[in-house]
Amino acid sequence: MPLMSRHLLGLEKMTREEIGLVLDTAASMKEILGRPIKKVPALRGKTVINLFYEASTRTRTSFELAAKHLSADSVNIATAASSVTKGESLIDTAATLRALGADAVVLRHPMAGAPHLLAQKVDCAVINAGDGAHEHPTQALLDLFTIRQKKGRLDGLTVVITGDIAHSRVARSNIWGLSKMGARVRLCGPETLMPPGLEKLPVEKFHDFDRAIAGADVVMMLRLQLERQQQGLFPSLREYARLYGLNRQRLSLAAPDALVMHPGPINRGVEITADVADGVQSVINEQVTNGVAVRMAVLYLLVGGGGGSETDAAGR
Amino acid sequence: MDKEAIRRAITRIAHEIIERNKGTADLVLIGIRRRGVPLARRLAGRIREIEGREVPVGILDITLYRDDLSTLATQPVVHSTEVPFPIDGKKVVLVDDVIFTGRTVRAALDALVDLGRPRLIQLAVLVDRGHRELPIRPDYVGKNVPTSSREVVAVNLAEIDGQDIVQIMEMPG
Repeated sequence: MPLMSRHLLGLEKMTREEIGLVLDTAASMKEILGRPIKKVPALRGKTVINLFYEASTRTRTSFELAAKHLSADSVNIATAASSVTKGESLIDTAATLRALGADAVVLRHPMAGAPHLLAQKVDCAVINAGDGAHEHPTQALLDLFTIRQKKGRLDGLTVVITGDIAHSRVARSNIWGLSKMGARVRLCGPETLMPPGLEKLPVEKFHDFDRAIAGADVVMMLRLQLERQQQGLFPSLREYARLYGLNRQRLSLAAPDALVMHPGPINRGVEITADVADGVQSVINEQVTNGVAVRMAVLYLLVGGGGGSETDAAGR
Repeated sequence: MDKEAIRRAITRIAHEIIERNKGTADLVLIGIRRRGVPLARRLAGRIREIEGREVPVGILDITLYRDDLSTLATQPVVHSTEVPFPIDGKKVVLVDDVIFTGRTVRAALDALVDLGRPRLIQLAVLVDRGHRELPIRPDYVGKNVPTSSREVVAVNLAEIDGQDIVQIMEMPG
């Protein structure tokens, strides 16, 4: 079962089988991360360019490590120090990348749809590392992978996603990914942080966190994007933390073995209290490790050869 | 080869492994996915019957070590390598069903040295069909089968294919 597209632009268009293939491949990649020598030669001679139009340390580092573990050469272009500040357009940059002979471009861009535009202009694989408030597919895939590893399945689980849904590309990708894999998704947050058009999505909407969290198998907290909170979308941080913050008492309403997740970086004491973030139910650090495995899987599947099928090494 | 011939070949290889290594001390078997894995398990079973001692069995997936990824029309699915014991200082017997060009074994050797530093590595195969492209020679061979390059050696094992049989077939097309 191959990936249909040579790009990873979002989970909205991916099938359940394709998502399953990425997660299965990631499980094999995670085994490599447990070895003393974390390197395999699968992508030797390939070039991966990380093109980041927005600041990001963890996603960029994660992609960079993933490429290096697979023996690909990776190059980082941070646009603050590149020709973009001299006025080069994304399409001109695409022409340059093509001339440089990149096999994959990992793009983080503040505008939704930028990776889709780039994908039309380059010959190589394009991987969306976050486009505006649209999608962040590898983050969602690592969340799915983490849940599946911990719970053994995704089908039938109840996942509550709480916080700034409107500005969150992580939430959007997770809604598609989780619902395709058979999980029930509950969204929770103040009305001002809910995106329009929710009724078209396969989710339940809540404003009361205590009701939303009841019996949930996974509690996924989103980062409150403080830089976007100048517009008065809620009265105060204190009130937000009281109504939508995750603390130990609230967590006790979820299933006893519920997982606590957060894409990071955490605003401690705002969306999640320190004791819960560091508690036994938290898988926040594992999400980071799994991020490398999932990105290795994505790079391998998109750059590592032809279409994709079960073949046997026998007889060679 | 039929079921009996395969059984006898495995018994003989098991004896040869024990004899050459003077017992089972520090011995580990590692099967190359896919059909090397049941063969390695059967060898371990036979060695246990003969020597009364358990030999650890690991699984090696060499997909990420293939040197022909870019020339393949279809991309192989990656499976896990499962070697849950250290191989440093061990005598490793690599097990596969067929040796042909030797490229699979070369990839397996690369994969093995990334897992640790074995004391020595030996190679056991059920069928050697010739046509080597690399200077690699198995230490233990179930059966030498001279083939033409247009032929395919199909190994079927009960664990994967429901029956034990080795056949030479003309390549389709």
